Amino acid sequence: MRIPRRTLISGLGSAAMALAVGCKKKPAGGTSSSDSSATATEIVIGHYASMTGSTAHFGQDTDRGVRLAMDEANAKGGVLGKKLRVVTLDTRGDSAEAASAVNRLIDVEKVTALLGEVASSLSLAGGRVAQRRKIPMISPTSTNPKVTEVGDYIFRVCFIDPFQGKVMATFARQNLKLDQVAILKDVKNDYSIGLADAFRKSFTALGGTIVVEQSYSQGDTDFSAQVTAIRGSAAKAIFVPGYYSEVGSIARTAARLGLKIPLLGGDGWDSPDLFKIGGDAIDGSYFSDHFAPDLATEQAKQFVAKFTAKYGVPPSGLGALGYEAAEVLVDAIRRAGKDEPTAIRDAIAQTKDFEGVTGKITMDAQRNPQKSAVVLKVEGGKAKFETSIAP
Amino acid sequence: MHRALRVAGVAGVLLAIYALQFGIENGLNDYVQRIVLLAGINIILAVGLNLINGTTGQFSIGHAGFMAVGAYGAAYVGVKLAGPVHASLGPGALANAVIFNLALLAGALFAGISGLIVGMPSLRLRGDYLAVVTLGFGEIIRILFNNATFLGSATGYFGDDPSGLPAYTNFFWVYAWVCAIVVLIHNLTFSQTGRSLIAIREDEIAAEAMATPTTRLKVTAFAISAATAGIAGGLFAHMQAGVRPEDFRFEKSIDMIVMIIVGGLGSISGAIFGGIFLAVSLELMRDLQQYRLVLYALLLIVIMIVRPQGLLGTRELHHLFRRRAKPTPPAEGA
Amino acid sequence: MTQFLQQIINGLSLGSIYALIALGYTMVYGILKLINFAHGEVFMVGAYTGLHAASALGIDAYEASGRSFPLYLALLVLVVAMAAAATLGMLIEFLAYRPVRTAPRLTPLITAIGVSLFLQNAGMLVFSPNPQRYPAILREVRFELFGVIVTNIKLTIFGVALALMLSLHLLVQKTWTGRAMRALSFNIDAAKLMGIDTNRVIRSTFAIGSALAAAGGILFGLDQITITPLMGVLTGLKAFVAAVLGGIGSIPGAVVGGLLIGLAEQLTAGYLSPAYRDAITFVILIGILLLKPEGLLGVVRVEKV
Repeated sequence: MRIPRRTLISGLGSAAMALAVGCKKKPAGGTSSSDSSATATEIVIGHYASMTGSTAHFGQDTDRGVRLAMDEANAKGGVLGKKLRVVTLDTRGDSAEAASAVNRLIDVEKVTALLGEVASSLSLAGGRVAQRRKIPMISPTSTNPKVTEVGDYIFRVCFIDPFQGKVMATFARQNLKLDQVAILKDVKNDYSIGLADAFRKSFTALGGTIVVEQSYSQGDTDFSAQVTAIRGSAAKAIFVPGYYSEVGSIARTAARLGLKIPLLGGDGWDSPDLFKIGGDAIDGSYFSDHFAPDLATEQAKQFVAKFTAKYGVPPSGLGALGYEAAEVLVDAIRRAGKDEPTAIRDAIAQTKDFEGVTGKITMDAQRNPQKSAVVLKVEGGKAKFETSIAP
Repeated sequence: MHRALRVAGVAGVLLAIYALQFGIENGLNDYVQRIVLLAGINIILAVGLNLINGTTGQFSIGHAGFMAVGAYGAAYVGVKLAGPVHASLGPGALANAVIFNLALLAGALFAGISGLIVGMPSLRLRGDYLAVVTLGFGEIIRILFNNATFLGSATGYFGDDPSGLPAYTNFFWVYAWVCAIVVLIHNLTFSQTGRSLIAIREDEIAAEAMATPTTRLKVTAFAISAATAGIAGGLFAHMQAGVRPEDFRFEKSIDMIVMIIVGGLGSISGAIFGGIFLAVSLELMRDLQQYRLVLYALLLIVIMIVRPQGLLGTRELHHLFRRRAKPTPPAEGA
Repeated sequence: MTQFLQQIINGLSLGSIYALIALGYTMVYGILKLINFAHGEVFMVGAYTGLHAASALGIDAYEASGRSFPLYLALLVLVVAMAAAATLGMLIEFLAYRPVRTAPRLTPLITAIGVSLFLQNAGMLVFSPNPQRYPAILREVRFELFGVIVTNIKLTIFGVALALMLSLHLLVQKTWTGRAMRALSFNIDAAKLMGIDTNRVIRSTFAIGSALAAAGGILFGLDQITITPLMGVLTGLKAFVAAVLGGIGSIPGAVVGGLLIGLAEQLTAGYLSPAYRDAITFVILIGILLLKPEGLLGVVRVEKV
């Protein structure tokens, strides 16, 4: 009697799976359907971002910025007489997924240009695919210099880590008058390693000393060993160029172990979860970023108002950069005159003095813009503008 | 006479694959091509793992480590050889073929050696303990690569060119190696040695009583299995931009196990089916995004409860076509 | 010196948590000869249940106003989490392990891996994959002894772990259920012949082990500040190694193993490199299986032909 029941279960199981696969037409998480219509009436742009996973805030905020820009452009009649459509695919914070997502965007969704990613390791993975397939890509926030070195189809609209490292090093030496700093970097993360290297170089060039260097891996929750080691050194601050979830935990661990020195960091801190996880332990710390919500320029104020009106939350630096990357792309398509990857690429490369929300953008020969950075101070669960540092 | 026929046969098969390649590369888009290539790599992984898990009954759940060794080994050797080989043979396809295959063989060699290193102490253990030790070794190998600075540490190894490793892997090479390895494993399984391996699976103590050199055979099978995983790793590396430790986590070892279980533990044709099944089904389920892995795990549980022998059990596809009296079914499972 | 002592304290508190989880592994293996891979996920579910129970009991209000969460509510959270985990454990046993109990050893192993993967991914769906901050069910108080920082949380971990382990010991040695569990671990068929309801005993074993893991989960959350749905994967594996190290099937062994693994991990992270903290556990596993496979406190079993 057992065999018929087993066959029944396997039959039902396979039927369920077939149904599940068949129902895949239903989009999950705000993505577009896989039924992409002809390019005659619309221009398809791909956005690959971490919409889920431990860096979900990065991807989600960037996507909001991208869509705001695209909706505005469509409201003004689109580009070259066609509407713009954005397809967002989730990379889940994983490099292999990033490469697959870019493959899918190119082959299945037939995009003519790409936006993404936030994280440098993921931009590297996706960028290699984009370069091979000759589809132009603009990364909104990847700061590791290697990203645009992949090839001439890869661009970015943010500053790069050698500059960002110099910013925090300068701030630490000149504004905070520190001479001994520890570094605690994430060895699983290209961005963190690159930024740590840049900081170290600049800080020592300015006369400071890195007294101890410790490391962790993205995903770790226990930092007591590293913080204990730093506590035993002469460090007056810790440079933590990592992502917000670990930084928050590190701050709490430091507070718990009685280590009352400020933490310094980079744009990887930019997320509301930093304050949620870090609590009061993160007060009194500083980080560099692309954009401060309380910044004074007229354009920034308008952008913040529009973003908050549409989404109910103010934008982070990533939302602003997502918006900016999309704007640069739309402008480039307009200047290219046709919906064709190589033409778009050439137009992006010629971007000059474009008035973006976070600053003026001119693409240099390495396909990076020259922009200023802001330093933010964490106070009372919020990030406040402290100072701005130009290249 | 026999030899001439054999050579002609091999040449014929290679020619057929080459011809197919044209059809595939021009007819299918990149995305589908990638799945076809992954299916081929999966077949190599499955058939190789089946040798030790299925035929010999020694359960290894850390095989992703050997795939990693093969991947890194092939990538590194490929990059280092490129200069000298291109200098003597020019920049053409012949030079690339030579570099690629030498790299793959190097990767297989490294993987085989690591198989020996892992196998020799571990294969003294039985059942669950062996499984857990192989898991441990798999993780240790991954952590070692994660910390090897000359191989790029956690970021991964991308060779000397910022746009990544040269994309040597294509349909022809993948499926040429698939054929080679399937024939190799098939001949091994249906030989005297293979019979001894099956004897070890069925009852190791009895086999030892019959003067089978069990330890030597187990370790050899393990090393061969590791080497094939290494070839798969090398092929995999050259279709990505680079090799990262993240690609070879425990989940990858589980993927390999699912392949051989779905097809039938101990069956080569089952392993081939399982490899293809996994590549295709994972892609089909991709649209389900976050539900994908949940369903996948559920599938595994359901299979184990309802039909643990998989599709073919320990039988082969050609057994199903036998007209004569059915062979007595061997004991199912390990 | 103070750094060394600090690492020791950290190692022992981590180790106590491993010990709580290892007890579940060792008890199940002792009876069923099954490595319950899903146990790490039960630990995770226990932690999340604690988080949500605390939220439901209004911990956010307490935290915002700076008052500490009342002790009786904290205990309630613990009990709820332990009960939830016990139920989950029994459910897993009934649905996934019982059907394959008589199958060759491989099948339950793979089923267990399947259940583990299922719970991890279901956890990511249900609980969000982002790291979440653990609520201050116990408000943290720091004190310094000879330059070493000890928090009340670490002391609680030691205390709770010790209390639970003693209770378990009493249960196993002095009660009927405990005696039945010991009988099953000697010979499950003989126990059945002696009239013991094996199904009930197995269910209880899973329930108790899971409840202990849940307690470990809450303590882990309090200590580690953030939790994620994948927290059970590596921690569960390390706890399993701890069980093997101490002698699988031996309850005192699980405790000893847990503490040793915790210490080894923390000392490796502090003095060698944090990158190798996970590797050391596997090295220990391989070492013990090659040198003394029955574990430190285990008994050698002879396989009869």
